Amino acid sequence: MDAFVSLAGGLAVALQPTNLLFCLIGVTLGTAVGVLPGIGPALTVALLLPVTFKLDPAGSLIMFAGIYYGGMYGGSTSSILLNTPGESSSIVTALEGNLMARAGRGGPALATAAIGSFVAGAIATLGLALLAPYVVSVALAFWPADYFSLMILAFATVSAAFGDSALRGLTSLFLGLALGLVGIDLMSGQARLDFGVPDLLDGVEVTTAAVALFAIGETLFVVSRKGAADETIEPIKGSLWMTREDWKRSWKPWLRGTAFGFPIGAMPAGGAEIPTFLSYATERRLTKHPEEFGKGAIEGVAGPEAANNASAAGTLVPLLTLGLPTSATAAIMLAGFQQYGLNPGPLLFAAKPNLVWGLIASLFVANALLLILNLPLIGLWVRLLSIPRPWLYGGILVFATLGTLGANPSLFELGSLLALGLLGFGLRVFGYPIAPVVIGLILGPMAEVQLRRALAISQNDWTVLITSPISAVLLTIAALAVILPIVLKTREKGIVFGEDD
Amino acid sequence: MPVPLRRLLAAAAILATAAAGGPALAANLKIIAPASPGGGWDQTARSMQQAMQSEKIAGSVQVENVPGAGGTIGLAQFANRAKGDPHQLIVGGYVMVGAIIMNDAPVTLDAVTPLARLTGEYEAIVVATDSPIKTIGEVIDKLKANPGSVSWGGGSAGGTDHIAAGLIAKAVGVDPTKVNYIPFSGGGESLAAVLGGQTTVGVSSYGEFDAQVKSGKLRVLAITAPERVPGIDAPTMKESGVDVEVQNWRMVAGPPGLTPEGKAEILKTIDDMAKTKTWRDTLKTKGWTDTYLAGDAFTAQLKEDIAKAHTILRDIGLAE
Repeated sequence: MDAFVSLAGGLAVALQPTNLLFCLIGVTLGTAVGVLPGIGPALTVALLLPVTFKLDPAGSLIMFAGIYYGGMYGGSTSSILLNTPGESSSIVTALEGNLMARAGRGGPALATAAIGSFVAGAIATLGLALLAPYVVSVALAFWPADYFSLMILAFATVSAAFGDSALRGLTSLFLGLALGLVGIDLMSGQARLDFGVPDLLDGVEVTTAAVALFAIGETLFVVSRKGAADETIEPIKGSLWMTREDWKRSWKPWLRGTAFGFPIGAMPAGGAEIPTFLSYATERRLTKHPEEFGKGAIEGVAGPEAANNASAAGTLVPLLTLGLPTSATAAIMLAGFQQYGLNPGPLLFAAKPNLVWGLIASLFVANALLLILNLPLIGLWVRLLSIPRPWLYGGILVFATLGTLGANPSLFELGSLLALGLLGFGLRVFGYPIAPVVIGLILGPMAEVQLRRALAISQNDWTVLITSPISAVLLTIAALAVILPIVLKTREKGIVFGEDD
Repeated sequence: MPVPLRRLLAAAAILATAAAGGPALAANLKIIAPASPGGGWDQTARSMQQAMQSEKIAGSVQVENVPGAGGTIGLAQFANRAKGDPHQLIVGGYVMVGAIIMNDAPVTLDAVTPLARLTGEYEAIVVATDSPIKTIGEVIDKLKANPGSVSWGGGSAGGTDHIAAGLIAKAVGVDPTKVNYIPFSGGGESLAAVLGGQTTVGVSSYGEFDAQVKSGKLRVLAITAPERVPGIDAPTMKESGVDVEVQNWRMVAGPPGLTPEGKAEILKTIDDMAKTKTWRDTLKTKGWTDTYLAGDAFTAQLKEDIAKAHTILRDIGLAE
């Protein structure tokens, strides 16, 4: 149990008062920037990098890791309360979380997100400490064909989020796919659907689109209805804290979310979004309260929130073991390592065990600090919802605009925020679901690139999609996910399949 | 919304104090990094910031990220807003040259005042250690026999990595449009593809591979330098009989409409910066080659580089 001994040694490093302080600064900053849409952990670390140059490497790396974890964490707060996802990985949280908040259950929603993040972060960090070398070899076994099939699986399963009408859901999805086509085609370098506007060459920014469609579209829709200003939303109904029932319904989604988030986060092209989609779809299938989905089901918050935090720990697996940065924040952390003349990889574990294990141990500490920092704040956060409606909605618009401009101060970005906001408004008025648009926008370009890469490598041999074992298995599961419910529905309604607990 | 707004201001205040540094004695500068945080241009801009501030060459130096379209968004914004201001700079490089040509960008490098080339990185052609391919000669033979059978994993389409692959094919008499180049969006992703043996070879700036080469996971087949580079155990392309030399260089430019005095002043600032110990140390830790070339000599070199890039992008079939 070498790893445990090393981890204990790391804990001794992480618990040194100065490192503890750095960790606290990190998680506080991270939570703050996570709450704001637009300003992400990557930019925050980049801004702090020159300031920390003269500090002790362990201290500043611990702070950066705290920012990363805090960012994953803070994104949920604005998603749940304001329907304004701060990061693309908390888009799914907004689906059920905001509905819960509107129904007076904002407290339990924030709590299950906070505790779920803690549980997922702790398990995933343990995974990072004990399993990193194995996880990374599995992650590297994923070829483009396998990634493509993983995305097909995500598409197949999240169709559950498409609402009641398949036609409307698919219409929204294709709208998202079309938006995803805008910009320079990664494979050929040629511009598509840019209409001669240079600002469109990089495509539609996902967080801008999510904030516009969710927050602005929804706000316009609500206030456009008669009497909206007089309507009051109960900020707290029932317990502020999670009830026994909430705990019972949350713990399995937390674990399943972790099981999605950690390995997929460790994959070089996995990211934090896909595990949240998969987790949401799984919880929706497995829940004993299917009637609550679409009205604010706690499972739909617990699972995805655990998944996105676990994926953050997963990202550190290839970074620490191979020196592979797989997210923007990881890339900057790599620059941070290099600033101190350290090269992540197997050699680092041998050369600087104190630093690596101190960093890993500090992730546990960061998790605990986040919980301590955020649980008492829940009571304060939900008070936001008691602000009079017109003020709250006005505030959401200001907040969404500030966040977008903070990330990218350009007139064009502001214009696209408003245009997409109007689009979201139109979709709501005519009863089309919003989530598939964002899902199409995120998954579409990823799936396209992976498929074309797979075909380029195989020199246009399509059988690569079935000859690769991983891809074949994923495609089979995807097919089952589509076919089984239809079969079951025709035979007997209400059978829950595939639940092994 | 009192709470988040207060948090926003608090966060902004912390970040601002963190970024601003000490009291301003010399001029305050602003450097545009026309890319997201973390990439080469961002790191170049922030390294300049660090050298200038810690060696008191400038007062406060502010770095602003304006990402998009291979740097052309930032370039257009800079040319427009910074006109005549000798205290604003933009970082750029070979990739920007390629992006301007490919996207037929409305604002080109003619719209700014090129000041100095700062760093360069040679391209390396690598394979995973367990790959059956041992020499660059084997890659060339395979390429000549069937161009499609050699897949090249590297950065974005039309970037330096793609250009290097195209130039190698052209030099050995293979049609560059037949090169099976597979672009990846981030350094991590392409590195993973090479390590996993997904592509036949990997091609990127040597720095992207350095850690993996040192830990014995990658084998360098060749580098695109004019002569061997100390510390890199690999032959040059030229030694292997392929007449190719590519360097991913990075530069700094000023706004259009500078007065001769303004230009001289900012050139001196950059010159001073390039001589500092902080900057030299940064070059070492980041593995960047010092390719410092300033003023008119650089302007002439840039013109030549742009013409060359245009030719090869046309040959690969990416530009008209």
